[in-house]
Amino acid sequence: MDLIRIRNVKKVYKNGVTAIYDMNLDIQKGDFVFIIGATGCGKSTLIKMLYREEKPTSGKIIVGGIDVAKLRNGKVYKLRRKIGVVFQDFKLLPRATVYENVAFALEVFGLTKAEIHSKVIKVLDLVGLKNKIKNYPNQLSGGEQQRVAIARAIVNGPKLLICDEPTGNLDENTSMEIMNVLEEINKLGTTIIMVTHDKEIVKKMKKRVILLDAGRILKDYEKGTYKDESI
Amino acid sequence: MKVFRILGRNIRDSFKNVFRNFSLSIASISCIVITLIVVSISIVLTYNVNNFASLVEKDVTIVVFLKNDITDLEIDEVEDKINSLSNIDSYVFKDKMEITSDMMESSEVYKSIMGNWKEDENPLRDTFQVKVTDIKLIDDVADKIKQFDNVEVVKYGEEMVKQLITVFEVVKNISIAIVIALMVVTAFLISNTIKITIHSRKREIEIMRLVGASNLNIKIPFIFEGLLLGALGSVIPIIITIYGYTALYGHFNGQLFSPFIKLVPATPFVYYLSLILLCIGILVGMFGSWRAVRKHLKI
Repeated sequence: MDLIRIRNVKKVYKNGVTAIYDMNLDIQKGDFVFIIGATGCGKSTLIKMLYREEKPTSGKIIVGGIDVAKLRNGKVYKLRRKIGVVFQDFKLLPRATVYENVAFALEVFGLTKAEIHSKVIKVLDLVGLKNKIKNYPNQLSGGEQQRVAIARAIVNGPKLLICDEPTGNLDENTSMEIMNVLEEINKLGTTIIMVTHDKEIVKKMKKRVILLDAGRILKDYEKGTYKDESI
Repeated sequence: MKVFRILGRNIRDSFKNVFRNFSLSIASISCIVITLIVVSISIVLTYNVNNFASLVEKDVTIVVFLKNDITDLEIDEVEDKINSLSNIDSYVFKDKMEITSDMMESSEVYKSIMGNWKEDENPLRDTFQVKVTDIKLIDDVADKIKQFDNVEVVKYGEEMVKQLITVFEVVKNISIAIVIALMVVTAFLISNTIKITIHSRKREIEIMRLVGASNLNIKIPFIFEGLLLGALGSVIPIIITIYGYTALYGHFNGQLFSPFIKLVPATPFVYYLSLILLCIGILVGMFGSWRAVRKHLKI
């Protein structure tokens, strides 16, 4: 079943730059998809449209049954509750502990303290940070901070996890640790879309790979068929 | 239940945020403190000037001197006519003997001169002493009374009254304008300070949006925070107002320079004023936060 359906999407920014040309793409539920391509090829624009940080200029984007292009500003939260997003710079609250950073995502839904506690502990256990719940972000390594961000993104049980260069700031070993966490999450049924520059990771993971070039899909590699090609 | 839980968390978070962003909170609070003190001083001044003005206005009397040979019946006629005028607050009739004895009581010199007067030698006149409701229209009333039969002279310190009215009007208008201007300036000043506070927390708002908080969900904690900052900022001005004005009132025994200029009694005035300051602080804090956070919720 398609979780994401993109039809004839075009994105032109206000300054006249066209970032995406007439794009068509389907992503199945439970998929793990890499989006790769040179800087400025439209990767970020594509995923920003998925979580409605940007609106397509024309065309249709359906994410989990929601027509993203038609979503009003005040209703964006309905889409965001179905999606988790992870960034290169983690975007953690510096003055909140690991526990608070993750619990934050649940508190807006009005769950009880006990419900929040059990969910937060469960998800921190999954990313391997159960023993650091009282630490502040600046007391953690980059890999650990990214794991907190992942925990926060998945604590609601989203159908889709969008990762924008999550390993961009991390060394090779730490990057692989993060990839293992993501693989784990994917196995539990969450669809993952990840933008990256790291060819090694893409090769090792053997997933579906979409190569973008100048706002168009240049190639769509089936699972495990991607070999070392220029990004 | 769910709504109360969310609301409870919002209140808790706004307390936390005030302390976590302590230096910026102090900046907002100081701004509120200083401006509310100025607002308090100008309200005290305005209120006292108004109070003094209305006291003076109440004292202004039109004295209607009746003709010397007037009969009781004619006096009744004049009274009826005065009664039928609009803008009359009250009036009393004083016959010349009453006035004579009043004057004799007030001074030994008068007593020695007037003591020997017999009724038909008394040069004074019977009078009506009239007070008006709206002092601005006192001219009108005096003019009308002048037209009555058997009325000889009408006196009300015309020049002095006119000048006083003008001065009070000007002072009143200027001070009201100052208070309003100060409130508007305060609102924007505080709004901008809170804007800086919120700007430094752009990331927090961004993350809240990312994890699926609705716009209302994001706004409410910030608005509570503004409320809290406003309330905290009004504490010092309220203390200064209560103790400062009570001390001032006590020091001058309730009057400034002469018994003529009376101050507004400290209680309950200071408590009303405190309430006004608290309300201004809270409203302005909430308005400031709302205005500042709104900007970050648009894509």
